[in-house]
Amino acid sequence: MLRKVLLGLSTALFSANLMAAEMQIRIDIPAMSVAEYHRPYVAVWIEKPDESIARHVAVWYDQAAAENKGTKWLKDLRLWWRKGGRELQMPMDGMSSATRQVGQHQLRVDDATLRSLASGEYRLVVEAAREKGGREFVKIPFRLPVSVAAQRQQKGSEELGMIQLSLQP
Amino acid sequence: MKPWLMLSPLLIALLSTSAHAHGIWLLPSSTVLSAPQFVTFDAAVSNDIFHFNHRPLPVDQLKIVAPDRSLLAPENVAKGELRTTFDANLKQTGTYKLQIVRSGLRARWKEGSEAKRFMGDAEKLRQQLPANATDVEVNESASRIETYVTVGTPSEPPLDQKGLEMRSETHPNDLVAGEQITLQFLVDGKPAAGVQIEVVRGESRYRNDPEPLKLTSGADGRVRLALERAGMYWLDADITDNKVSDKLAKERSLAYTVTLEVLPK
Repeated sequence: MLRKVLLGLSTALFSANLMAAEMQIRIDIPAMSVAEYHRPYVAVWIEKPDESIARHVAVWYDQAAAENKGTKWLKDLRLWWRKGGRELQMPMDGMSSATRQVGQHQLRVDDATLRSLASGEYRLVVEAAREKGGREFVKIPFRLPVSVAAQRQQKGSEELGMIQLSLQP
Repeated sequence: MKPWLMLSPLLIALLSTSAHAHGIWLLPSSTVLSAPQFVTFDAAVSNDIFHFNHRPLPVDQLKIVAPDRSLLAPENVAKGELRTTFDANLKQTGTYKLQIVRSGLRARWKEGSEAKRFMGDAEKLRQQLPANATDVEVNESASRIETYVTVGTPSEPPLDQKGLEMRSETHPNDLVAGEQITLQFLVDGKPAAGVQIEVVRGESRYRNDPEPLKLTSGADGRVRLALERAGMYWLDADITDNKVSDKLAKERSLAYTVTLEVLPK
């Protein structure tokens, strides 16, 4: 019995050590009481201290529009567009997808991606721009490599609700 | 009729290089695009920046230089009483440069006691200037009116290496409120010191003071500035030298204007 417990414990410890680092991002798209609502375009990326893009995480835009016409408004994600969005070809596999409805949405940055980034300071950036609405971005700082589990959050004021960043070592 | 009187006020505006002359401008409907599309432009001569309240600017000498350096023809050109409008179908990725380049000679002389004035090219001046003319004064003028529009990733716009030009170290379609902007002024392709520059934000008619920002280029032809407010800006640059293209002229006045859009941070 004791042996079993010990074995179980060591397995748990062992697997904890081997567990891959991960970043979970929760994005809240707030409900708006407006006459004409369109889902926002959203870009998510990891930036370096000099504001250059270290990694694109996601872009949600009108990907289903005929003839790729949804790209016309990507420039409204002004910060993302200027920092590197304009250098990408849309749609982009594994990165771009359709706009999301009001509510909470999860994104995950995997171990391999986090490991590919050099040690140092970074910021998670979430930018939203809404047709006939406003535009806003939120930045949350973090450090790599992840040494302890941590959770950070910051709330947008208009176009974005709570943005939550969970880091697992 | 005296040659001077035959000139349209437009030509005078185009050839005039004084900072106090009417503003000349090309105003794009968009400058930063994420997909190929049409952009429309206003072209006018007016006192208030981007307020068409005086004369249309003729666009027969307009060149739209595409990112691959080919020339794009404007579409739906319409000359109204107060402005000229045209569209451009921007299909390539990169930076489009729009330019109107004009040059000519301005002259005054006396025939006996009669004062004469002239504006036009050297050939015409040689035809009109009599052998018995006295007090002959000839100056050369060259003006350049520009604006830029970018689809996708910006590209480096070409330079003509002629007259007064601006080389934008900070890309002209990459301007953000509050950030430092570095511009370099060139005369015949070489950095030019002492260029007098004036930058005015649009919608000046809604404020009592147009709030011009005045700068002079340094030894390397550069100026550094930050524009705190987003908006459409009109930049005017002037310099005079003696590198005339025709022996008749004593002095050369060079003028450059560009419309720049500064986006919010």
